[in-house]
Amino acid sequence: MSYFGHVLCHLRKDLQLEWRSRDSINGMLFFSLLVVVVFSIAFDPTAAISRQIAGGILWVALLFASITALNQAWTRELRNRVLDAQRMSPAPPSAMFLGKALANFLFVVVVELVMALPFFFFYNLHALGQGWLMLVIMPLGTWALVCNGTFFAALGLRTRNRELMLPLILFPISIPALLGMMQATTAVLTGEYEPGLWIRLLVAYNIAFTTVCLLLFETILNAE
Amino acid sequence: MKLSRIFGPVGIVWFLLTLGVIAYATKLGLILAPVDALQGNVFRIIFYHVPHSMLSLLFPYINLAASLCYLYWRQRDPLKALTADAWAISSAEVTVLYASICLWTGMLWGRVEWGLWWTWDARLTSMLLLWLLYVSYLMLRKLSATGQTHTLAAVLSVFAAIDVPIVYMSIKWWRTQHPAPIFFSGDPDAKMDPSMLPAFLWNIVGWAMWGIFLLCFRYALERRRQAREQDAALQAIEASLELAQ
Repeated sequence: MSYFGHVLCHLRKDLQLEWRSRDSINGMLFFSLLVVVVFSIAFDPTAAISRQIAGGILWVALLFASITALNQAWTRELRNRVLDAQRMSPAPPSAMFLGKALANFLFVVVVELVMALPFFFFYNLHALGQGWLMLVIMPLGTWALVCNGTFFAALGLRTRNRELMLPLILFPISIPALLGMMQATTAVLTGEYEPGLWIRLLVAYNIAFTTVCLLLFETILNAE
Repeated sequence: MKLSRIFGPVGIVWFLLTLGVIAYATKLGLILAPVDALQGNVFRIIFYHVPHSMLSLLFPYINLAASLCYLYWRQRDPLKALTADAWAISSAEVTVLYASICLWTGMLWGRVEWGLWWTWDARLTSMLLLWLLYVSYLMLRKLSATGQTHTLAAVLSVFAAIDVPIVYMSIKWWRTQHPAPIFFSGDPDAKMDPSMLPAFLWNIVGWAMWGIFLLCFRYALERRRQAREQDAALQAIEASLELAQ
């Protein structure tokens, strides 16, 4: 089987598992809805203020929601010692990582698509910049969160306080990416400045960290 | 336990020398350097603040180098890898210490000069992020399972090293309030008054020596801990063999 075949195999397995249980997506959906509602109540924003803060709130909601799903992503593999079986298989470990990251990416994208409507309703949003750029920013930002998140979830798999560990190491590393996605989204919503610089930052971040994740995944999978 | 058993005579001489240099540098900085024309005596904190900030940017390189050596030696030469890991943890702890001092003294100065404890300026934010990265590195070391700690920490250190330039660039695009650097800034007008230079240089030397002392001391402690761990593991194996007989 080719490398791409392995990736597809893992992706299909993860999608199938999620399709049967729908744990991650339902959890994330409800969680991000709650965050949006809570922030809306906390700030009680007018349309103009909404544009300023919505970019930040959107990504904070997605960040917290994806943490809940990422924590579960590898725990599935621990049951019945599936992960140990995969470590023994001759398939390339990075293919497993890529499959898992792509699956998580798709889950978060589904959440984004469903959440887009309530988000725009609750905050009375109307993009003053080039709205279509969100179609570039959203996937880039999501991949930046999910790629490193999947990696660190695997890294923290055998640590004590697994659930606590993931945000502790993911947040500091992701801060430039968070800054990029929040600034780019705010630029699109307010139309006050160009988001181009921040989109380029996200692209650079994604290329750098996807490469390192693929290279180092085997090391952390067999870290004993 | 006697100090000399951890560190040996060289360490003690180095320690005393460091104390001497720091004392001399402090005297130069607090008493002999002239009062700053604009800031008055408040400026004297730079003799303490700037060396710490410069050195806290230097120790992460030791951490990265040690982590890369660890990853390289991990399977080829486990004993050498343990040495590299001891350097990695000592340099990470010294980085956090120096960055904390840099942040804290910077805040004290900012309170007086700017009237603010903190502002989200480029240099302050990057330093805070560096501090956060290395604190999370130490947290990972604390929480991860025994046997895995070294590898996971080394991997995180590589991630942090890649993150630092991206952080630096992204934060730089924000407006900056921090006084422009007077060293390596490329601006010919920005330079320190020659009468202040000796105090500044002696402080850098003193705090660098102190950092090296802490680094080596912590390294020696970590090596002792590793040796004890190995002894305990050996004894456990021997005990299990005796049981089997």
